Amino acid sequence: MRWAIRHCLLAVLVFASAAVGAPTGTLTPPPPELPAPDQFVAKDRPSDSGNSILLTWKDPPALPTGTTFEARRAEPPAYEWTKIADVNAGVGRYVDASAKDGVVYRYELRARHADLADTLGLAGAVGPAVVSDPVASHDDWIRLERMNSLVASLAFLVLLMGSIWMAGRGSQLFIRRIAGLNAVDEAIGRATELGRKVIYVPGIQPPGDIQTVASLAILGHVARATARYGTELDVPNRDPLTFTTARETVRAAYLAEGRPDLFREEMVNYITYDQFAYVAAVAGRMVREKPAANFFVGHFFAEALILAETGQTTGAIQIAGTADPSQLPFFVAACDYTLIGEELYAAGAYLSREPVLLGSIRGTDLAKVILLLLGLAGIVSATLGNNWAVSLLKTQ
Amino acid sequence: MTGLHFDTGRVLLLVCFGIVPLVGIALGLLAPSLRRQMPLIVAFVAGIVPILSLYIPKRFLSAAGEGMSPRLDQYLIIVAGFALPLGIVNVIQINARKVGRTEKGWVFSLVLLIGLLVMGAFGIYGAVSGAGIGFLPDGSSTPFQWMTDWLFRPLQATIFSLLAFFMASAAFRAFRARNVEATILLVAAVLVMAGRVPLFDLLAYPFPPLQPAAASLSQMMGRVTEWIMDGPNSAAQAGIIIGAALGAAAMAIRVILGIERSYLGLGKGD
Repeated sequence: MRWAIRHCLLAVLVFASAAVGAPTGTLTPPPPELPAPDQFVAKDRPSDSGNSILLTWKDPPALPTGTTFEARRAEPPAYEWTKIADVNAGVGRYVDASAKDGVVYRYELRARHADLADTLGLAGAVGPAVVSDPVASHDDWIRLERMNSLVASLAFLVLLMGSIWMAGRGSQLFIRRIAGLNAVDEAIGRATELGRKVIYVPGIQPPGDIQTVASLAILGHVARATARYGTELDVPNRDPLTFTTARETVRAAYLAEGRPDLFREEMVNYITYDQFAYVAAVAGRMVREKPAANFFVGHFFAEALILAETGQTTGAIQIAGTADPSQLPFFVAACDYTLIGEELYAAGAYLSREPVLLGSIRGTDLAKVILLLLGLAGIVSATLGNNWAVSLLKTQ
Repeated sequence: MTGLHFDTGRVLLLVCFGIVPLVGIALGLLAPSLRRQMPLIVAFVAGIVPILSLYIPKRFLSAAGEGMSPRLDQYLIIVAGFALPLGIVNVIQINARKVGRTEKGWVFSLVLLIGLLVMGAFGIYGAVSGAGIGFLPDGSSTPFQWMTDWLFRPLQATIFSLLAFFMASAAFRAFRARNVEATILLVAAVLVMAGRVPLFDLLAYPFPPLQPAAASLSQMMGRVTEWIMDGPNSAAQAGIIIGAALGAAAMAIRVILGIERSYLGLGKGD
């Protein structure tokens, strides 16, 4: 009897407390639950140098506006979760660049909304977390996204080496005349006859610029010619690395011609690193010393026209060469001969007349023909609405 | 594993750019022909490493800051740092000799030497004293900065401004209609210039009734200019750029493989 009375009282108390705690009026809807991200994957970032893990996922449908995804990482030995990033909805990927190669990590991703209330009524609702499989970062052997470039480079290499090989076997090659290069000997000969110097400006860039390397190759030929004829050569420099390299080029050329006695250190001289101070010095030298021939070969900027026009006013025969289309018109307007673009790179081979080097020019021409055909095919297909050429030639 | 990769790159670089050149110098003392081969080996390695790093992302080769390729870039900066004093010594040697022998133009050399020494002295003083080479705490200029602002920059601007005059004289020479090509050039140049400046608006300025017609003519010239620049001009430029890019790649391959040696002053049979 006492047992029954105690249970009845307890039941009354429970109902009473439920009735007091229940809200009056209409019921408020519960806070919307944040969904879990779909297809969450953590994997080693492909085609990289290591130390990074790529997280990818898909946003779940009906995601409330303003939701972000919180990425967390657990690493040995404790495997405690540490927040690494908040990523906005719609991005769908995150690269963890703070990972270390060889360490096994686990990643967790969950939706979070700062303005929505959680189940306890506090601000900052959090959705259910999705945990990735264990993953470790490592460096890769190939950049897959550059495969098209690799294939093209290898094809070009094969074409070039094939042409060089054929030229080495004695195949007759037709190389068109390049007036500017044929005029090199003429210009130096003129300087010799007049008893005046030859100025050679190898551009204003360091030897890391391929145009400077091409210019140094031409300088080698010019220096050999001045050594043969006993003509004075002056090579003013703006870049210190080019200066030291050019000096060795000229020294070796004089040595190769058997005239080391004619080589003087001051032939190749340094002026200054400042572009316009350099121009002022070279232009002043041209006006004062009236060289018979000026060579402007290499990579130039605004100084191109100042140098070429000053040389023009002194009456020197001028040969210029650059691959920069923005400076070419100035040289064309102010110089007697201009090596345009690829002619600059072909000059070393052309002047040496070595079959092996001439073979490489043929290889370049063949590659140009292939590119031209590829370009035409791409234009036609793009006109017809197919963009295969764009995706084929796209590089990253 | 990470340490091993790190060391691989460093060891390879040390071998290629430390031991190989030293062996080359040592061999060169015995046989000059061997000395000539060493720069070619160094050029091969220096050229092939950046190309490989373009396609192979392995840590020892390409990782930022510690791979062989980024380290090579750092080496270049170090080598350039050593090359600059060589250049300065060369400037002093040549100009001091000229002044000493009172050769023609020795006064210019004297001015150059004074400028070099004064600017250099103030720069070094600023660095050593901790005052720097920019501005003092009270906002006033250091002597180095003062000379930069009031001597160097005006001189620089003077030389740069010469471009305007040289451009006019070069254009005058280039646009003379001597043959068909030069005439086409002249016509294209006139059209582009007319489209880039409000020429017709200026001409019609004194005649208000003509101004609407001038405005539409200016717009038309603008469209013609745009067509010339975007059409024939960029097509020609693209041709030059493609040719130059292939030429540059071929040149790089020749240099890397040691086929092209004229930049070393060497020719056939050397």
